[in-house]
Amino acid sequence: MTGWLENALSDVAADATALRTVFPAVGRRVGRGPSDVPGRTVDDVARVRLLEAAPGAAAELPGLYRYGDAAEKRAVLYGLSVVDTGDAGVELVADALRTNDTRLVTAAMGEYAATHLEDAAYRHGVLKCVFMGIPLAEVAGLDRRTDGELLCMLRSFAAERAAAGREIPADLRTLLNEQDA
Amino acid sequence: MRIFDPHIHMSSRTTDDYAAMHAAGVRALVEPAFWLGQPRTSVGSFTDYFDALVGWEPFRASQFGIAHHCTIALNPKEANDPRCVPVLELLPRYLEKDGVVAVGEIGYDSMTAEEDKAFAAQLALAIDHDLPALVHTPHRDKAAGTERSIAVVRESGIAPERVVLDHLNELTVRMVKESGCWLGFSIYPDTKMDEDRMVAILREHGTERVLVNSAADWGKSDPLKTRKTGDAMLAAGFSEDDVDQVLWRNPVAFYGQSGRLALESDPAAAEFAGNSILRGARK
Repeated sequence: MTGWLENALSDVAADATALRTVFPAVGRRVGRGPSDVPGRTVDDVARVRLLEAAPGAAAELPGLYRYGDAAEKRAVLYGLSVVDTGDAGVELVADALRTNDTRLVTAAMGEYAATHLEDAAYRHGVLKCVFMGIPLAEVAGLDRRTDGELLCMLRSFAAERAAAGREIPADLRTLLNEQDA
Repeated sequence: MRIFDPHIHMSSRTTDDYAAMHAAGVRALVEPAFWLGQPRTSVGSFTDYFDALVGWEPFRASQFGIAHHCTIALNPKEANDPRCVPVLELLPRYLEKDGVVAVGEIGYDSMTAEEDKAFAAQLALAIDHDLPALVHTPHRDKAAGTERSIAVVRESGIAPERVVLDHLNELTVRMVKESGCWLGFSIYPDTKMDEDRMVAILREHGTERVLVNSAADWGKSDPLKTRKTGDAMLAAGFSEDDVDQVLWRNPVAFYGQSGRLALESDPAAAEFAGNSILRGARK
């Protein structure tokens, strides 16, 4: 099946619109198991390679996202870090952050979001991850983008959990302790 | 009795139906894209529907141990509405999705020039995407419509064994059988075809290349008609193997030509995009 991927790579290199029919087929062609890249599956990795190989992929990303299933959308979100879309990807990240799909929310909070999201959107993205149980280690840019307001929101979240007798995620506790130290 | 319903519009059905179908033996189904009671007025209405056919509905079915697949197309009736026709340009994206096992329902409603165009264009798409085709035969002027459908199929160059002509009756069965296409029958409470007439057709024409479906949708219909036909076959002296051929092996063979049938449903995921089918707290 790697033969299929090589062919697909040359197809999209010749014409980026080939992504429209290649993208949905990736899972059944290359598989969906874990890959060498932590947290990503074989099809995630193959789709990002296809995006990298296609000159003009930036123009295709909104359509690939709109008509994509969850796996395709996830790959587009990962792809934002390797395809230069300027600010055009912010809308896609915002859409993913409105969902309740942990896979999409996780992929949305990658390096692209860390660089391009405005403060308010970035803070809410982080808070949503914590709320949904997504490990903070998956969120890009925390070291440079954590500000007083985000800490305040996270503390308030922790206080709410404590008051309800519910668990506070260990990584959040660690982050808050580090900030207090 | 294991049952594969090759044509049922589950988007219009309830979770009670899914539970009853599973209890009756249904383990797999195909949901063809079709018109709704309320006409669509935009391409966006189609794409949201297609998204549900490859997304939410398979998830819902999986919660009841049923493997859900679908067919994607611009249906014949809405092929007459210029506001809907541009969806044809988006079909190639959907025809490559995992759960899509055919192009359909295509064919004729009123046999207009617009329907001719959409029908031929979508048979070409079936060839391009290496998919079988599901052809709806019209409810009015059925014999003439079926004859014309066979001619269009022949002209398109698609192999007849990759095409099913659906909603057949006593007057159209023979010409379709002779065409080499598959024969689809929709068993309805009052119209189209009932289980006893179906048994008589099977007696006369045999069980080969025959698909029996409930075609249950938003109208008066019964999602258990497949099971009832199986029972009627047994009562009429057909063997369990005959029933298995018609209700399971035939649809598996027909849609299996897509290479995309996945017959183990995966109920493991309790949520789809963060939503479950449960309402309120679990007991």
